[in-house]
Amino acid sequence: MTKPSLNVKDLHVSIEDKEILKGFGIDVKGGEIHAIMGPNGTGKSTLASALMGHPNYEVTSGEATFNGDDLFEMEVDERARAGLFLAMQYPSEVSGVTNADFIRSAMNADREEGDQVSLMQFIRKIDEKMGTLEIDQSFQHRYLNEGFSGGEKKRNEILQLLMLEPKMAILDEIDSGLDIDALKVVAKGINQLRTDDFGCMIITHYQRLLNYIEPDYVHVMMQGRIVKSGGPELAQKLEEQGYDWIKEELGIEDETVGQE
Amino acid sequence: MTTEVTFPVQQQELQSFSKDRREPQWFTDQRLKALDQAEHLELPNPDKTKITKWNFTSFTFDPETEATASYNELSDAVRTLVGEENKVENLITQKNGITTYAAAKAELKDKGVIFTDIQTALEEHSDLMEKYFMQAVTADENKLTAAHAAMVNGGVFIYVPAGVKVEAPLQAVYAHEGNFGLFNHVLMIVEDQAEATYIENYLSEGSGDQATVNIVAEVVLGREAKVNFGSVDNFADSVTTYVNRRGQVNGEDAELYWSLGMMNDGNTVSDNTTYLHGQGSHADTKSVSIGRGSQVQNFTTNVIHFGKDTDGQILKHGVMRDRATSIFNGISKIEKGATKANGEQTERVLMLSERARGDANPILLIDEDDVTAGHAASVGRIDPLQMFYLMSRGLSRLESERLIIHGFLEPVVGALAIDSVKEQLYDLIERKVY
Repeated sequence: MTKPSLNVKDLHVSIEDKEILKGFGIDVKGGEIHAIMGPNGTGKSTLASALMGHPNYEVTSGEATFNGDDLFEMEVDERARAGLFLAMQYPSEVSGVTNADFIRSAMNADREEGDQVSLMQFIRKIDEKMGTLEIDQSFQHRYLNEGFSGGEKKRNEILQLLMLEPKMAILDEIDSGLDIDALKVVAKGINQLRTDDFGCMIITHYQRLLNYIEPDYVHVMMQGRIVKSGGPELAQKLEEQGYDWIKEELGIEDETVGQE
Repeated sequence: MTTEVTFPVQQQELQSFSKDRREPQWFTDQRLKALDQAEHLELPNPDKTKITKWNFTSFTFDPETEATASYNELSDAVRTLVGEENKVENLITQKNGITTYAAAKAELKDKGVIFTDIQTALEEHSDLMEKYFMQAVTADENKLTAAHAAMVNGGVFIYVPAGVKVEAPLQAVYAHEGNFGLFNHVLMIVEDQAEATYIENYLSEGSGDQATVNIVAEVVLGREAKVNFGSVDNFADSVTTYVNRRGQVNGEDAELYWSLGMMNDGNTVSDNTTYLHGQGSHADTKSVSIGRGSQVQNFTTNVIHFGKDTDGQILKHGVMRDRATSIFNGISKIEKGATKANGEQTERVLMLSERARGDANPILLIDEDDVTAGHAASVGRIDPLQMFYLMSRGLSRLESERLIIHGFLEPVVGALAIDSVKEQLYDLIERKVY
């Protein structure tokens, strides 16, 4: 089996006619974890949303392929069934649909009639994963994200990640709103997935999460593109010294993009 | 100016129809008087829906149906609803007003419970019928209630004596076929401290001739009586329906629960009104509807509080697709003197297409100071961000929509008081939405 790969080249993305991504490029392969770091307003979440196909973002130029297929030719659900997963910063609430029903439907979405996940298999798996994430049993029977606290929503995103076992995941600020204990638990869950068949892009402001999930590559985003890349030591340096030295080094005055 | 519409049934015909059915004189007289009223009264005037051009008068009065008595002669659709014969407990099925099957557990009779068709009730329980028939809903309200009193030709009578609790649900299935004009009446009297659950299904069989159906249900509750009334209306798009279901909650601490699945495919005007007279009495009205095609529907739910400490709840959710139009009116009225009354209502409409129309009108009319009341209403479309979220987990557009629709209806369907109605609705919703 070939390793999954996500290749993004010279990507430009706009929201309401404002260009946010200005020539973003990255290659992520199975077995690799890439951290995308950077101050607020530099286009990190736009990247995540655009790759998944969020309706408010318009790809104006550039390309992205997933396992060789043109991502932008695929519907949102096709991207997901191909193995792409986005843990969202602000997941929607859906009333009247229980978490368990939703996750089971999602697991069965790309399975044939005779190959569906049985109720017993499902229960066994969700019990195990909820154990890993130290999530209360009542979680399954609550309506999808409805009335969930910020931290509960994040854990629910990771629960879905562990249940669906995608080939490539983008985690959009999954660490914000989590205390240190919750962070460790979530990191443990993600580390379970680390194999050659799984690639991951972790979008974060802070180095904190990277103490528990060690990235193979670290990239810094400013002005809608990657301005610096390195190994885990780069994250460490950012933690200690902040972002100003990069701005100085590159002669950037305002690192943000699309702000009024 | 009103256009003169006349019904295809004349005095003489009605008289001989009544005679053939061996009806008591008071009933024949009432029919004839009502027929006269029907010619002169105006149509009902449901808020925000114009029904003056709807077909309420073009139909035949000949049921073209033979009475049968065997389970095996029932249609597949009816048998699916009632289940296997050996599991049938208390059931009456009718087609175009003619009883096609009836079964009742022996204990019903032992306890003095009456569960029979209207025609038999008139023969055997004329006194009870005279006391209650068309008293909660009266003939002189409008053209259609008068027409109903004049031409009633189907339905059932239920009487539960004081203190009797009927465990197994009383079930009725009313099939309609052809261009027959069905005037179906349900009269349910539940005396002090008695309890019963009644479930009815309306459905269309055979070809899609233009037809009209006129339904009146009257439910009367004594002190501490408890009634679950469930219905699933499912007429074809060629059938124009007028349905008036009314609860007369007379007794103290009585409880009436309505579970209404409004699943007709044709134009429908529905009035569901509950009068809370008894002190401490309670009414709970839950209804769901799915509109499709180009049908126009109007659902008005009233809960009118007269008694002190009365509690009225209205919860209605509707999903509109295609070019369907539906108006959801909810009226909580608290009369002077109904202190400590509480009236709550919620109407929500979800529109699935650009051309679907929905309107939710919650109205609180309060003439007493010492009360509580609240309402909520919303009309909207599916949130594109919800769709994005569900699809981002691999669910197709269709499957995502299906989940959102089920989720939208779940607060009503999931909370219905009668399990079998709940299950039927899950099934019907599935079929009607896709």
